[in-house]
Amino acid sequence: KSDSPTLAEFSLLTVCTLFIFHSLYVFIFYLILFYFAHFAGQTLLNVKQASDLPAVQKSRHRIDPDAIPSPIQVIEDDKAKSTEPFTTGVRGQAPPLVTTNFQVKDQGNASPRFIRCTAYNMPCTSDMAKQSQVPLAAVIKPLATLPPDETPPYLVDHGEGGPIRCNRCKAYMCPYMQFIEGGRRFQCGFCSCVTEVPPHYFQHLDHTGKRVDCYDRPELSLGSYEFLATVDYCKNNKLPQPPAFIFLIDVSYNAVKSGMVSIVCQELKTLLDYLPRENPDVDSVVRVGFVTYNKVLHFYNVKSSLAQPQMLVVSDVSDMFVPLLDGFLVNVNESRMVIESLLDQIPEMFADTRETETVFGPVIQAGLEALKAADCAGKLFIFHTSLPIAEAPGKLKNREDKKLIGTDKEKSLFQPQVGFYGSLAKECVAQGCCVDLFLFPNQYVDVATLGVVPVSTGGSIYKYTYFQAQTDRERFLNDLRRNVQKKVGFDAVMRVRTSTGIRATDFFGSFYMSNTTDVELAGLDCDKTITVEFRHDDKLSEETGALMQCAVLYTSCSGQRRLRIHNMAVNCCSQLADLYRNCETDTIINFFSKYAFRSVLTSPTKTVRDSLVNQCAQILACYRKNCASPSSAGQLILPECMKLLPVYLNCVLKSDVLLPGADVSLDDRAYLRQLISCMDVTESHVFFYPRLLPLMKLEGDALPVAVRDSEERLSKGGVYLLETGLHLFLWVGANAQQELLINVFGTPSFSQIDPNMTSLPVLDNPFSQRLREIIDSFRAQRSRYMKLMVVKQEDKAELIFRHFLVEDKSASGGASYVDFLCHMHKEIRQLLS
Amino acid sequence: MTTYQEFIQQNEDRDGVRFSWNLWPSSRLEATRLVVPVSCLFTPLKERPDLPPVQYEPVLCSRANCKAVLNPLCQVDFRAKIWACNFCFQRNPFPPSYAGISDVNQPAELMPQFSTIEYIVQRGPPAPLIFLYVVDTCLEEEDLQALRESLQMSLSLLPPNALVGLITFGRMVQVHELSCEGIAKSYVFRGTKELSSKQIQEMLGLMKPTASGQQGRPLAPQDAVAASCRFLQPVHRVDMNLTDLLGELQRDPWPVPQGKRPLRSTGVALSVAVGLLEGTFPNTGARVMLFTGGPPTQGPGMVVGDELKTPIRSWHDIQKDNARYLKKATKHYEALANRSAVNGHSIDIYACALDQTGLLEMKCLANLTGGHIVMGDSFNTSLFKQTFQRVFTKDYNGDFRMAFGGTLEIKTSRELKVCGAIGPCVSLNSKSPCVSENEMGIGGTSQWKVCSLNPSTTLAMYFEVVNQHNAPIPQGGRGAIQFVTQYQHSNTQKRIRVTTIARNWADAQSQIQHIEGSFDQEVAAVLMARLGVFRAESEEGPDVLRWLDRQLIRLFMFHLRRSPFLQVFNNSPDESSYYRHHFVRQDLTQSLIMIQPILYSYSFYGPPEPVLLDSSSILPDRILLMDTFFQLVIYHGETIAQWRKAGYQEMAEYENFKQLLQAPLDDAQEILQTRFPMPRYIDTEHGGSQARFLLSKVNPSQTHNNLYAWGQETGAPILTDDVSLQVFMDHLKKLAVSSSA
Repeated sequence: KSDSPTLAEFSLLTVCTLFIFHSLYVFIFYLILFYFAHFAGQTLLNVKQASDLPAVQKSRHRIDPDAIPSPIQVIEDDKAKSTEPFTTGVRGQAPPLVTTNFQVKDQGNASPRFIRCTAYNMPCTSDMAKQSQVPLAAVIKPLATLPPDETPPYLVDHGEGGPIRCNRCKAYMCPYMQFIEGGRRFQCGFCSCVTEVPPHYFQHLDHTGKRVDCYDRPELSLGSYEFLATVDYCKNNKLPQPPAFIFLIDVSYNAVKSGMVSIVCQELKTLLDYLPRENPDVDSVVRVGFVTYNKVLHFYNVKSSLAQPQMLVVSDVSDMFVPLLDGFLVNVNESRMVIESLLDQIPEMFADTRETETVFGPVIQAGLEALKAADCAGKLFIFHTSLPIAEAPGKLKNREDKKLIGTDKEKSLFQPQVGFYGSLAKECVAQGCCVDLFLFPNQYVDVATLGVVPVSTGGSIYKYTYFQAQTDRERFLNDLRRNVQKKVGFDAVMRVRTSTGIRATDFFGSFYMSNTTDVELAGLDCDKTITVEFRHDDKLSEETGALMQCAVLYTSCSGQRRLRIHNMAVNCCSQLADLYRNCETDTIINFFSKYAFRSVLTSPTKTVRDSLVNQCAQILACYRKNCASPSSAGQLILPECMKLLPVYLNCVLKSDVLLPGADVSLDDRAYLRQLISCMDVTESHVFFYPRLLPLMKLEGDALPVAVRDSEERLSKGGVYLLETGLHLFLWVGANAQQELLINVFGTPSFSQIDPNMTSLPVLDNPFSQRLREIIDSFRAQRSRYMKLMVVKQEDKAELIFRHFLVEDKSASGGASYVDFLCHMHKEIRQLLS
Repeated sequence: MTTYQEFIQQNEDRDGVRFSWNLWPSSRLEATRLVVPVSCLFTPLKERPDLPPVQYEPVLCSRANCKAVLNPLCQVDFRAKIWACNFCFQRNPFPPSYAGISDVNQPAELMPQFSTIEYIVQRGPPAPLIFLYVVDTCLEEEDLQALRESLQMSLSLLPPNALVGLITFGRMVQVHELSCEGIAKSYVFRGTKELSSKQIQEMLGLMKPTASGQQGRPLAPQDAVAASCRFLQPVHRVDMNLTDLLGELQRDPWPVPQGKRPLRSTGVALSVAVGLLEGTFPNTGARVMLFTGGPPTQGPGMVVGDELKTPIRSWHDIQKDNARYLKKATKHYEALANRSAVNGHSIDIYACALDQTGLLEMKCLANLTGGHIVMGDSFNTSLFKQTFQRVFTKDYNGDFRMAFGGTLEIKTSRELKVCGAIGPCVSLNSKSPCVSENEMGIGGTSQWKVCSLNPSTTLAMYFEVVNQHNAPIPQGGRGAIQFVTQYQHSNTQKRIRVTTIARNWADAQSQIQHIEGSFDQEVAAVLMARLGVFRAESEEGPDVLRWLDRQLIRLFMFHLRRSPFLQVFNNSPDESSYYRHHFVRQDLTQSLIMIQPILYSYSFYGPPEPVLLDSSSILPDRILLMDTFFQLVIYHGETIAQWRKAGYQEMAEYENFKQLLQAPLDDAQEILQTRFPMPRYIDTEHGGSQARFLLSKVNPSQTHNNLYAWGQETGAPILTDDVSLQVFMDHLKKLAVSSSA
């Protein structure tokens, strides 16, 4: 009757098919959805009305949400399945999901904690890859922290000559090197070139052709390990100096008034004892320096021999320089008295400041120049409040213009407004100067521009909008503490080598690239992730599979130059079905989100969303066409590994970056965009599909089973915990049981719960204890501290909370899961017909 | 009538004036024939303990372009209460406060003995004295230590209400804030960047930012004082603070690689100092005191690069046009000096180093602003320490012997015009009817700014007789000149000193002997020498000598030709600048010593006697004491030296020898006690290496060339190719006869 989307009713049929594969029985589920195009007009009307009507009416004519693929079900199934430790010895084996707790045993490939791939069985040819449209990518977290029960990578020293490498492609010694001619030479697994084994490295082979010392050497038996680098791997052929941390604190009016300055100064006094070190028994070798600024910069001489710190004011911000040599970067222990005196005095000195203008470019330049003068790499911690409008290089103007949102010009808002920071970032990278930015804005600060240097130097941005000492102190301090203490490498270069046939072509994350192959990171910490996309440039063979080696050259926090090597081998296939059977949706989503969030720089968000939907439709259509058993065209058939692709993709599409609500500021979007660009799969998963735990019963050590992110799943009588990796909500139903309220809040009355509390009261009952334990453990898992927000049902704040119920329709116009699934089906059908 | 000699002496004592001619030729033509122009040396603040200042303001002539001050030469009608200006002949009524005057009740300014009178002006708030120390930290530890001590000591010499400031420099320039407690705060400037005065004031926070943040405007005066307080504080309030600050002063920490000079940003440091004072205390007396231990090596005003292998420019380089930085640096410092002079701030340079420090380029700073230049080998010498201390000497009233922000104005009778002045001053470009077209020295004006004055500061003033030959001056006519000096006294009072002098006109044809008799040879020598030096500063050496020879063919200037003021041979450009600096500001006596050093001879044959500055005076049994103003040399003749070595002076029976040795030492001590800057003291003997100081000065009447002198017992031969006075005189006589002049 009309060409408008016609939805009626879905019924669900699950067909189980049994395959025999490598003498293993594997259950493959086909999810088949039928849909009927009856009484189209009327139903359309109903559905349209439904969005405006209360929940009761809405459910009429709807698909049963329980019948569509449930993320919770998938997560729980995977948990149940993964009881054994995951061993990496078998090529092409997909690891358990990121939501599953599992132990990893390195048997020759890198742990999924270091590398996760979108596909563990790559198509042999580029035609196949093109046909399937499945992205071939790896999400690499080179310095990931391992759980205590897993061994960190061993450090290998190959002596003065440096690590043994392939002569042609320069790949590092790894389990994929084939020793031949009795061990005198080896053949490279990546480029097949044969290289002489240096005499000091020679070892006989056993009857299987393996070196007899194979298991004694990490580089011959493990997927991840480190080499000690020689001077040849250092800048200017000189071993590096220990790195330095420079703290640059905004002391303009807003910074002082919000309490930020005094909090930072107070905290630094203790934090300086926790500077990163390799060996917990020795003092950190990291030196520290301090700068405060508003529209001029104040450097501090904190030399240990001084009775009082000295302040050196540099007003010439147009041409930054470091006014002192000695006494700016100092050892904490030697200068402790002077530093403490300084940190005590800074808040006092600026207590009465009336200066509201700030600079930003010169601040980074100052830190950079200081590191240059000291000839070392290091990290700048910048605590900044406002748009830098004072006359100086990198001065910015307010360009927030809501009218541009949704237009072709929207992309310009994500681009930096001046080129200055781009070239500054380049200089920073060359010096190994990593910039971490802590923002405390009260209004637009242009995160898109201020973030250029942090993002290009492997740094992080933290944003505390409307910072208030009382409520945000805890979050900020925890972020700062974690940031200062976490494991970090400096002056890093990452290179991904692959077997002939594929090539790393695109990179996503916080780094700088001056050529097409080397990922340069002024700083690389344990949370930073780089997503690498591969493309075919030739055929791969099923026999050898596809190999990749990620080598990161970096300076450790003790000033040692090292190479961290991660090796990864995946299978190759000539049948598309094999590809679809070995995919990982979470990783694909990670890749898609990074790809999309980068595309907003160059294309309108609508185009970006459409092309995402299109690519997914193609992936699924290709499966339907080539792999699924023939069935009615009305059926929606999803591959088992990708059955959550639509729901997760929908979350990406309706994220604040791609489809902002009216209350989302431009800064928030720019901030999220940059944040996602260096997230690993675990974080991106929970970010896009938050974890929602019902807290009716907390028994034993196990967490309650999560529920799906939809309002329908919330019971008025319950209390729920929602976690996104950035936010933590405690939702309290209007009819929550009194006992529950007493256990959690210590009050039986719903109305007496203070919605402004940021931490739960410490109550002496098992429920409260366990709940606080859970909250603490969630916080410990994430790289950023999550502030707890208590949301009472039907309170104003519930709007914010609802935003994270991602299976529902969003206020900004994002589709519900069901609607999107239908839309997806329609797209697939169009492609198939 | 007394002799001219007495007349001259009396005039000098009373008015601080000495004229080349004390009778003036009555026409332009006759005056030009006299070669030496009508000119004078004038010491504006000559110490007059017998002259108490009067507590009222001077009475001025009411004619707008005259404004001469009422003086003893004016004709007064006591009945009508009217006085006639002796310069413009305007008749002026006395102000009401003078109603009571009469023949017997005259105000001081009408009495002949008050030809020089000083008024105290009670206008405006008293301005504090300001001392801004600009200290080089690229020094050896020992030098820095000595300088630190000298500076700390100087704090105790300053008046308690004087404002002090501190700028230190090396590779960077630091302006220290003196008011803060706890953290020592300073503003840092890059030593390589030229900054405008406005930028400097902005960066120091002396400008109030406007709402738009686009342009700063200067603070209102009271705010400026408050803001500047951070950098300039009364001594009594911050002397503890400042003593600590100076005590903690460290050597410039930036490493100096092998084969390099330290990077010294003198240019920027001075520009910051000048900018700071400009923004905070314009038109108030202030002293910037630069202490430097080497040449500026970077930024604007750099004199030499930091490579040690390229030596600092010599006269040879300058003549060959090889001094790369000379012009640019000079331009930089001249611009600063002019800005400083406009605001009445003076700049001292205390340069202590073994090598040159760039005085050639920087001299204008002191020359144009009336500042001191002191040159020494090290800050750790008594020469520097004593000299520096002497900057703060006090007079009989307990006031500092320094005055600030002076302006000197000259008024002349109609027959006379002023051609210019030579001394530590700058032109104020004030055109008045008494300004001559013909410029000599700094001319084209009747007013000069002398930013800093002391009782010995002496300017040379040159005049021109403009009366035409055909308009004879009636018999008994007198020409008059009035010097009006306004200045800020060191006790913060504003004062005006007025000196009015008159000389008779004489017809050169009929009274040539009288005019000749009125000639003051000593002052004429100094005046011509100043002209010579002024020219030497701007022209090539040999040209100036030729000019001098032409001008002075009838004058006795043998020693001047040989002096370091005109000869650059054997002197570095810095030394030449230093000598010339002092020559153009010292009074007559000192100037004469500079031109022709004094030589005293001590012997057993009689009391010490002055002897000819001649090699024949160097005898084995004499001790010589030579005073060249800059050096004080005691020279022991050959025999005396041997006796001394043998230790006769220790023996009781040779008490007289001991006394003989002691006598020149005592005399030298007397000179050392009083002179500013303290001369270099040299104790040497026959054959000693330091004897060269003496040998280079004496007239080489005996050299290795005139062999007849060899072996004779009189005098010592000098190894030189310079002509002796005898040869010079012979040549001069020949020229005098042959020339048409």
